[in-house]
Amino acid sequence: MDDLILAAVVVVGIPAVLVGYILLTEQILKVFPERRRARVRPWLWLLPALAFLFVFLVYPAIGTFIDSFKDRRSGDFVGLANYQYVFGSPDVLGAIKNNILWLVLFTGLTVGFGLAIAILVDRVRYESTAKSVIFIPLAISFVAAGVIWQTVYAFQPAGQPQTGPLNAIITTFGADPISFVRNATTGTFALIIVGVWIWTGFAMVILSAGLKGISAELLEAARVDGANEWHVFRHIILPLLMPTIAVVATTMVITALKAFDIVYVMTNGAFDTEVLANRMYQELFSFSQFGRAAAIAVVLMLAIAPLMIANVRRFREQEALR
Amino acid sequence: MSAVTPPVTQPIAQRRGGLGRFRRSSWTTHLVLVALMLLWLVPTVGLLVNSFRERADANSSGWWTAILPPYEFTLSNYEAVLGQSGLADAFVNSLFITIPATIIPIAVASFAAYAFAWMDFPFKNALFVLVVGLLVVPLQLTLIPILRLFGPNGLDIGGSFLAVWLAHTGYGLPFALYLLRNYMGGLPKEVFESASIDGASQATAFFRLALPMSVPAIASLAIFQFLFTWNDLLVSLIYIGTNIENQPLTLKVANLVNSLGGNVHLLTAAAFVTMALPLVVFFALQRYFVRGITGGAVKG
Repeated sequence: MDDLILAAVVVVGIPAVLVGYILLTEQILKVFPERRRARVRPWLWLLPALAFLFVFLVYPAIGTFIDSFKDRRSGDFVGLANYQYVFGSPDVLGAIKNNILWLVLFTGLTVGFGLAIAILVDRVRYESTAKSVIFIPLAISFVAAGVIWQTVYAFQPAGQPQTGPLNAIITTFGADPISFVRNATTGTFALIIVGVWIWTGFAMVILSAGLKGISAELLEAARVDGANEWHVFRHIILPLLMPTIAVVATTMVITALKAFDIVYVMTNGAFDTEVLANRMYQELFSFSQFGRAAAIAVVLMLAIAPLMIANVRRFREQEALR
Repeated sequence: MSAVTPPVTQPIAQRRGGLGRFRRSSWTTHLVLVALMLLWLVPTVGLLVNSFRERADANSSGWWTAILPPYEFTLSNYEAVLGQSGLADAFVNSLFITIPATIIPIAVASFAAYAFAWMDFPFKNALFVLVVGLLVVPLQLTLIPILRLFGPNGLDIGGSFLAVWLAHTGYGLPFALYLLRNYMGGLPKEVFESASIDGASQATAFFRLALPMSVPAIASLAIFQFLFTWNDLLVSLIYIGTNIENQPLTLKVANLVNSLGGNVHLLTAAAFVTMALPLVVFFALQRYFVRGITGGAVKG
């Protein structure tokens, strides 16, 4: 009940306080001459947002960076020991290897499927229905997606009726059932497929929007000139869509590097499916190794940094066009 | 996580193409597309069917055997997970977390976005580039210092709703700022110029013009942030953790996956409880959701 009151206060109160804050500062600003007002006002309007950004993103990022050079309780400095651990421990190296698998396969498959579907739905009348179907998984949680795919991958010992569709198909053809998830050979691939199922809709929506921007007349002109569908795709659609593909691929690479929920829910890193984000959580909560956890987070950030720079550069180019 | 997307000039709904676009569809196109749609739908259908089956049935045969008569479906799994497993309480907790965690960042971001779009100040571009950079910072990089800040030696709000509201506000802000600033910046300049000539203050211009005109962007953002916080596992896992009273659905179901293990009939029902609201929101407001993704930025 207390929580209900608190929530109500927060939902109504915070916007009200912010509105009050802005109106109050306007009153106070009236004291100043107009020129001074225009100089001070932006900072007053920015203050709440900048404060949140600083407290929840900038300051902790710096803190984590410092912690990564300290011991397990963030006490004494230990030099590069945590990084030596990260790049020396077989467990963490396994996680890095899996992150690379995620990066390559997850990115390739989401962009590939997304592009194929975007191009195909452009040619049919049930475009919006088809898009909705592919897009649905993005609206549900990774936890729910994990449970959904546990039923797809379900495994019963050979000889018993299979409850999972995949193994039911395999055994119909006479093969032995496979435990897809609890299996060091197939585990990571099984999890990546769950990720692809979730994120393909995202790639499709952006690529489809890019595709609609290519003029139909241009494609028609090429066809009239005798280009077949492959040529139209290869020499017109693909080059024109390249900037959009780059954007989607960037986002997918970042998603792959940050993969956490699916792994946490489906295997918690067992069966050789560990990834950096889950390993960091383990170091933090299972082993109470703050220094090592911080070092893993910093490595994750360093892997993402080039993409961040690419993002900023792209943003600057867009701004130049405004 | 997010990326900067190129501006999309045309709304998706429009320009579904003249006949020229459809002429290229052949039976292979339809075959491939229908196969892909089935591939994407079947896993969820399997979950839904299993969630209505008796324990013995779900553990001894595939869900596809249940879609043919005789129909033997039951609601008992839902009774069990909502009652004994505490998912009804977790559902309420999810609402408690999600609604403020959606409203606060939008409120905080809208003023700053207006300042970025329509005011002049030194370091404006540098500051906004920082926001664009922060879009992709992995949350992992912030966990330890924030845990300490929320802990007994700091604000002492670990495990509370307040902790999650604050964290979601901070984490959601870069995207909110980015989307709103781009949208507000795209509003017609003349409107603000003539308002200024008529003697309207910046506050009036913001409340009477910028805010009402930005409703579509705010709607997209609200749906995005709502789905993001509703589906979030990591933030709740870290800042609510073992405080059972405040655990949202995602956290509860993630724990059930461990404790219920082979009880497919219960797990599937539990998963569907977490999906119900996002699915309703998605189908009702799909247009805004898609616009949020394509309208300049993306986040996951």
